Amino acid sequence: MNGLSGKARERLLYLISPIALLVVWQILLMLGIGDRRFIPAPSDIAVRFVKLIANGELALHVGVTLYRVALGFIVGVVPAVAMGLLMAMFKPVRIFFDPLIAVLFPIPKIALMPLLLLAFGFGDASKVALVAIAVFFPVIVNTYVGAANIEKIYWDVAKNYGASQMVMFTRIVFFGALPTIFAGLRIALAVSFIVLVASEFVATKAGIGYLIWNSWELLQVDVMFVGIVTIGLIGLVTSALFQEIERWAIPWKAT
Amino acid sequence: MNKAVERRGAAIEIAGLRKEYLSGQGRVLALDDVSLRISPGEFVCIVGPSGCGKSTLLRILAGLDTQSSGAMKIEAPGWAVENAMVFQESGLFPWMNVQTNVGFGLMTRGVPKAEAAARVEAALKLVGLTKFRKHYPHQLSGGMRQRSAIARAFVTDPGMLLMDEPFAALDAQNRVILQAELVRIWEQTRKTVVYITHSIDEALLLGDRTVVMTAQPGRIKQVIDVPFPHPRDVLALSASAEFGRLKLEIWRVLEDEVNRARAEEEQ
Repeated sequence: MNGLSGKARERLLYLISPIALLVVWQILLMLGIGDRRFIPAPSDIAVRFVKLIANGELALHVGVTLYRVALGFIVGVVPAVAMGLLMAMFKPVRIFFDPLIAVLFPIPKIALMPLLLLAFGFGDASKVALVAIAVFFPVIVNTYVGAANIEKIYWDVAKNYGASQMVMFTRIVFFGALPTIFAGLRIALAVSFIVLVASEFVATKAGIGYLIWNSWELLQVDVMFVGIVTIGLIGLVTSALFQEIERWAIPWKAT
Repeated sequence: MNKAVERRGAAIEIAGLRKEYLSGQGRVLALDDVSLRISPGEFVCIVGPSGCGKSTLLRILAGLDTQSSGAMKIEAPGWAVENAMVFQESGLFPWMNVQTNVGFGLMTRGVPKAEAAARVEAALKLVGLTKFRKHYPHQLSGGMRQRSAIARAFVTDPGMLLMDEPFAALDAQNRVILQAELVRIWEQTRKTVVYITHSIDEALLLGDRTVVMTAQPGRIKQVIDVPFPHPRDVLALSASAEFGRLKLEIWRVLEDEVNRARAEEEQ
């Protein structure tokens, strides 16, 4: 390991605990402690994982889930950001929406699923709507807080230099709130996977949530684990991707 | 250059200006019966103890605040932009690079892109920041940030410049350099400038007149003419005997007020 930089070495050290967990898990099952029909060994899961990739089944479910998350994310985030900024800029808007947010935010969004099935049917629309609603709240709250905390001097400068409300919105308040908006987006990303996978347990024939629930009903525990591992990996990759986007979008944040 | 000198800037007439505001403890009288005339192209410095309402006066001139009573008339015929303010802590937008920051007041007023770019270029040259156009404020030193803020104000070609202790946060060397630069730029443009400072030295080096204000409530205690001719050599001037004499004179006027402000704070 001498050729590695300190940082790379530290990253490798992070792998110790997950690998140790898998090894212990594997050994215990190979020693016959635990029933392999109900608790598959890591090797069983890996074999199933490769099979599901080879026959294209996993790609299908991943694709459907990502599509729903992406669409729901956009549908929820865009109005949330716009309204959050308007709340910070105009008091009447804030007075109108504040109580609504206070009442609706704490409702577990998954509780809305039956209602959304009724409204949007069994297709993708109900899932997309659920994700959109779930991401809307953390994003609008973070956007508002970010915009409301923009230092007064920037409002003064903008006003003194002749900024219209439109310029204020697009050049000052939006960018001033952007770091906090990103904090909201990260929360929203996690929330969107939680509600979507849960919603895919019912009333759908595709998606990672469906894969997990369906294999539970068929008692294909190894497939179930493949689903769980997959959603974990997707979470890992998307949040890393997000970090890159953030670094690109906020170049003025000293790192 | 001569043409710019002839053009001069806005004329300001303030009569009986009064500003009251509500704070936690009740009503606070920030400005009381402030009357002042400033001619086009004049560089006026306002000194006073902290909390004397000099920043409030500037904010009212900038249109960021309104007086409780009294009259204020600003005549800026032929000036597209009435005023531009330079703030104490630059107020550069952290999310814009230097050239976007400098061009902000042109963008908001719909100046065509090509013209705006040329004017920004000239302004950056004026303050020596051409090489740093793509830098973000956090990548600049305090002095460079204030230079950018000055460029942002000058680029809009305002009738008057309002400056609120723009160099107060800088170290001594940078302050001297920027003061000299400001004098040089002003001598080229001869705009009306209202400059707030708590430093008598600065007021004498930069301005044509020094207005001394009283501690709260802010009133005008005395107006002192600064006789130094232009072009000025800031460093040589600060070493002259006349400078020392005037500094002492103003300090005598200001001293009581500073002591009074301190006594009130200690109560």
